[in-house]
Amino acid sequence: MAGIVGYGAYIPRNRIRSEEIARQWGKDPQAIERGLLLKEKSVPGLDEDTITISVAAGRGAVDRAGIDPALIGAVYVGSESHPYAVKPSGTVVSEALGIAPEVRVADFEFACKAGTEAMLVALALVESGRVEYAMGIGADTSQGAPNDALEFSASAGGAAFIFGNQDPLADVLDAYSYTSDTPDFWRREGEFYPRHGGRFTGEPAYFKHVLAATRAILESTGYKPSDFRHVVFHMPNGKFPLTAGKQLGFTKEQLEVGWVVPQMGNTYSGSSPTGLAAILDVADPGDLILITSFGSGAGSDSFVLRATDLLPRRVGRAPTVRSMLEGPRRYLTYGEYAKYREKIILND
Amino acid sequence: MPSPRYWREIPNRYRLEAARCSACGAVLFPPRSICAQCRSDQLARFQLSRKGKVVTTTVVHVPPGEFLMEAPYAMAVVETPEGARLMVQVVDCDPAEVRPDMEVSLEFRLIRREGHSGILCYGHKGVPVA
Repeated sequence: MAGIVGYGAYIPRNRIRSEEIARQWGKDPQAIERGLLLKEKSVPGLDEDTITISVAAGRGAVDRAGIDPALIGAVYVGSESHPYAVKPSGTVVSEALGIAPEVRVADFEFACKAGTEAMLVALALVESGRVEYAMGIGADTSQGAPNDALEFSASAGGAAFIFGNQDPLADVLDAYSYTSDTPDFWRREGEFYPRHGGRFTGEPAYFKHVLAATRAILESTGYKPSDFRHVVFHMPNGKFPLTAGKQLGFTKEQLEVGWVVPQMGNTYSGSSPTGLAAILDVADPGDLILITSFGSGAGSDSFVLRATDLLPRRVGRAPTVRSMLEGPRRYLTYGEYAKYREKIILND
Repeated sequence: MPSPRYWREIPNRYRLEAARCSACGAVLFPPRSICAQCRSDQLARFQLSRKGKVVTTTVVHVPPGEFLMEAPYAMAVVETPEGARLMVQVVDCDPAEVRPDMEVSLEFRLIRREGHSGILCYGHKGVPVA
């Protein structure tokens, strides 16, 4: 059975607190924290982008897998902030990781679920026997317009997963996708910031797809919510995944480990994959794990995984998500944040 | 740095590939075809570990134009456990706090952009371990 043989994550050290953003725009910081359940978010440095985040996460995945990276036959990077419009992020990533040149590479885009889509294709290539190992990455340096609700959540980070048949850290028991044409959030060609449909992003978009995909995979696997030790849903804010979990019959304890959004923010394509990495950091052998992503536009991917005996022995080979969330951090003022996110217009 | 030179240097810039002389054991970074110590041409490529210690450092306050947004920033000579020495930026910290003997991890970062529409040049920078 194919499974995850290595995984890694990366979260930048720069942070900005929700109250600092609220102060800038004359909003009530407590109302924001209460409403969105967001305390702070990660911010990419001037020298960090989807490519550097993917390489950092990919190095962790290779270290945990303990394989020769040249054996990885496919690298797919899912993101909505690829640094180049034309030139795949995966070319730089596969070269930096020592995977190139005998490798299939492509960049994926599907709003916040491009990462899990990349993981699904990587998994399918391994299951088909086309390649021995394949890597799927979800990473973003998310965009949020100034003074928009998204500015409190849009953050930076990502996770990488290597799939293979030998020595998995977690078996993939099933995968499922659910997609429809739903214009809840979009960014037209050439536009700098995305647009969204306000409250429309909830019921007909996030909840419809997350709930449908999760219910379908529960039905196909025959598991019930109480069978799972850990669950992670896409985290556009703190509230949505908790509400989705409640509606599906999961407890807060099941969601707690993967619910990294209050400190990390929404890393878009890296959101639920980073939550999954946080779960793998602490999961015990035999634990059942559920992940459901959500990408605007819109769609959801669900995976059911089971941790193996090997997992705890490999966790220490790379930094854990919690060690990055709670490790060295630099808190930015809004002015520094505006500079780092290149929101300030300069002369040539 | 024109694009072709950047492209040629990808193995050492992206993967920290160095050369070790089979005759005298010298470690050469960037890698060379002839040993700078003993002139032997028996050199084997290998990857440096992604960590090191600051040997010496300075803070750049008046940078070249394309690094203007990053100033002030720390530049440092970092020595890896294999004995290779690299000149790198040390980032994600207060540049004044970078000191000799500081342990850094070497992380993959964007080094510079070739103008507004040119290629993006990547390489390694030091990040304090603690």
